[in-house]
Amino acid sequence: MEFLIRNGFVYDPINGVNGEKMDIAVKDGKIVESVNERKARKIDASGMIVMPGGVDIHCHIAGSEVNTGRLLRPEDHVKDFEPRTPKTRSGVGYSIPSTFTTGYRYARMGYTTIMNPSMPPLEAKHTHEELSDTPMVDKASYPLLGDWWFVLEYLSQGNIEELAKHVAWIMTSTKGYAIKIVNPGGLEAWGFGQNVHSLDDQVPHFCITPREIIRGLCKVNKLLNLPHTIHVHTNNLGQPGNYVTALETMECVKDLACDSKPAIHITHCQFSAFNGDDWRTFRSGAESIANYVNSHSHATLDMGQVIFTDTTTMTADGPFQFGLYGLTGNKWVNHDVETETSAGIVPFRYRRKSYVHAIQWSIGLELALLIKDPWKIFLTTDHPNGGPFTAYPKIIAWLISQKAREVTLKKINPRARSRSLLPSIDRELSFYEIAVMTRAGQAKALGLKNKGHLGIGAEADIAIYDVNPESADPSKKYKTVRRAFKRAAYTIKNGAIVAKNGEILKHVEGATMWLDMQTSQPVKITEDMKRRFKEYWTVEYENYPVTENYLEVSHPIAVKADV
Amino acid sequence: MINLHPLRSFRFPVIAECINPDIFQSKKREEIEELKVWEGNKQKKLGELFNVEEIKTENQTEMTGITIHGDASKIRRIGANMTNGEIVIHGDVGMHLGEKMKGGKITVHGNVGGWAGSTMKGGTIEIHGNASHYLGAPYRGSSEGMGGGKIIVHGNVGNEAGAHMRKGIMKIYGNAGQFVGFRLRNGIIYVQKDCEGRAGACMTKGTIVIGGFLESVLPTFTIDGVKKKAKIEEDEVIQAPFYLFLGDLTENGKGKLYVAKEKNPQLSHYERLL
Repeated sequence: MEFLIRNGFVYDPINGVNGEKMDIAVKDGKIVESVNERKARKIDASGMIVMPGGVDIHCHIAGSEVNTGRLLRPEDHVKDFEPRTPKTRSGVGYSIPSTFTTGYRYARMGYTTIMNPSMPPLEAKHTHEELSDTPMVDKASYPLLGDWWFVLEYLSQGNIEELAKHVAWIMTSTKGYAIKIVNPGGLEAWGFGQNVHSLDDQVPHFCITPREIIRGLCKVNKLLNLPHTIHVHTNNLGQPGNYVTALETMECVKDLACDSKPAIHITHCQFSAFNGDDWRTFRSGAESIANYVNSHSHATLDMGQVIFTDTTTMTADGPFQFGLYGLTGNKWVNHDVETETSAGIVPFRYRRKSYVHAIQWSIGLELALLIKDPWKIFLTTDHPNGGPFTAYPKIIAWLISQKAREVTLKKINPRARSRSLLPSIDRELSFYEIAVMTRAGQAKALGLKNKGHLGIGAEADIAIYDVNPESADPSKKYKTVRRAFKRAAYTIKNGAIVAKNGEILKHVEGATMWLDMQTSQPVKITEDMKRRFKEYWTVEYENYPVTENYLEVSHPIAVKADV
Repeated sequence: MINLHPLRSFRFPVIAECINPDIFQSKKREEIEELKVWEGNKQKKLGELFNVEEIKTENQTEMTGITIHGDASKIRRIGANMTNGEIVIHGDVGMHLGEKMKGGKITVHGNVGGWAGSTMKGGTIEIHGNASHYLGAPYRGSSEGMGGGKIIVHGNVGNEAGAHMRKGIMKIYGNAGQFVGFRLRNGIIYVQKDCEGRAGACMTKGTIVIGGFLESVLPTFTIDGVKKKAKIEEDEVIQAPFYLFLGDLTENGKGKLYVAKEKNPQLSHYERLL
């Protein structure tokens, strides 16, 4: 199948294309130099924006945690459902949509690649079963390794090389993509009803500190040449004053970065940018974090923007979720995943009139606007923690238009409004910067070579939005922009038109990307390790790894490790 | 005024939230017949399932009225979100009757399925037969209960009537199932006859009055005294001695649970604690 996308305003930041009118040729699922103009199907994109397909670096869309969230919230489903159509399957869900609906909704917004950020290795099979049922998008998952017993043991022995080999083993066996660290040390402590409160607190029974876990896994990441950096959810998340922890976390791996490549990704940074001593004196710590990120090049962030809506919070951070239950008195789930991690779920409503929630909303946008380089901060809501991913067009409108921010600022808590930095920020992002924050930057940070750009040889994942950057002034006509990004004029996945004007035209399966780690010698699984699987895990060692036939469409990425 | 006659007995549930005076208002008969409903997984037109009859009338209140004659026990969400007007049903009705309604009146001369008046904010529902479970209660998992309005049932009701209720009045002139006023936050529930048990579990505020037999009061309620009467509404005061219990203490609740003294001699041991 050949395509020619004509006369669109192309935004392709990786190749430095900034709104130039040009044609994009597609053949056999790849972007090519040219196609036979007579034979090729032509898509008239004149007066429209052409961007690479969207990439989402952090969204909880599959796995046991998400599924428990679905079970916990029937009332979330009853208010938002999609009937079956000849092309699509039925589905429900507002904040935690069912798998098919998740895929369709991403495709409607022009997203083609999404990353599921928390997969306890023990629940990897479940996660991949759900990912296989998530159509329309390519996806990958990050195994949670920050509190895995083997990691903690090897780190307490200081044996980084051996640890790297085992991380390589777990990455391939769980079909993972990057190292995810959640509240390092805290989740292990939570198994004993405790938590860690700073980078230098001791993790009970292991004689190591969160700092050693982060540094150790960062070194491992480098030894294994993983495409993404370590993906860190900081300690003290959601506590006033935690911006200091976020700064310390970034600082602690500063010396491990080389060639100006990032060494750490701080995820949903909004939740880690709280200042103040308690909820009464709560205020934004975004400025300090933005200043740090502006003057250093070893860290990338994503926003974790809050949307004023009813949503479901779910993280592997069990102690944080328990605290949230205490704050809200809402129904809750808290779970200890054996020797690996923990998890918690609490439904939550962000209210405009709440001081804390309004400040949280402000923090997310402050981070995005105060960090000068869009390649360092990405647009997410930490779906569904800050709000469902379907709110991305709203966030784009806030980023692109000061007027849109002012309209919302008028409606929020007055005390929060007077303390927010937003009225003093007049920066309005361009479509080019939006393209960086929503696709190019994320693809680059994830090390996805053939995604997030429209260069020759790239995968033909393309989004076309019906907004004319020449005639429409986005800062005034932000509603037009919002509408355009909500319903992509065309979404092209692997060279096939899958959605048009927000309607799904074709149900396609997306691939599951995983790292096929190649170490110099195969990892030795000792008898001692097997014995421990027998003693401590509910799953036998033999049943633990996810085999490739679990994946509907498998897309292994070979990575040569230095161990 | 519109009369609806079901053309056949339905095998699958029919979701017909369009049967609503607000939607019927200012529509001609032909337009009403074109309204969309779901029968099972098939979308149909209202005219395919019902005989729609238009009766000309001068009376303003009757003009916005809808009457259903026949068995509507498979028809769900009748009168959902309605704000005014009246619906009268001569026959049984399915689930979610008057869901989220804000005003107007629904009268049923028959039995009603589950979740009648779920999450309603205003208006009146009067049921001359029995009502099933979850009367006035929110959808499963939600804690957003009834926020106003009035429900009157002349028959019996099932379990969890008035769960999570925040405001409004619910009067049941028959028996009630288990968990009447579960997690009640405010408002009044009156049960004239017997209650199966666990009345007012987890209630935090509000009033439940039980005029009949209640085998036992939950242990997390404490007795406050014996009252001569219990007030339901301005013009409805029950003159009979009642035990007054406060609870539910597991939730630090201050709800009032009145239980008729004469019908419940098994609770007389509480008097020792007074």
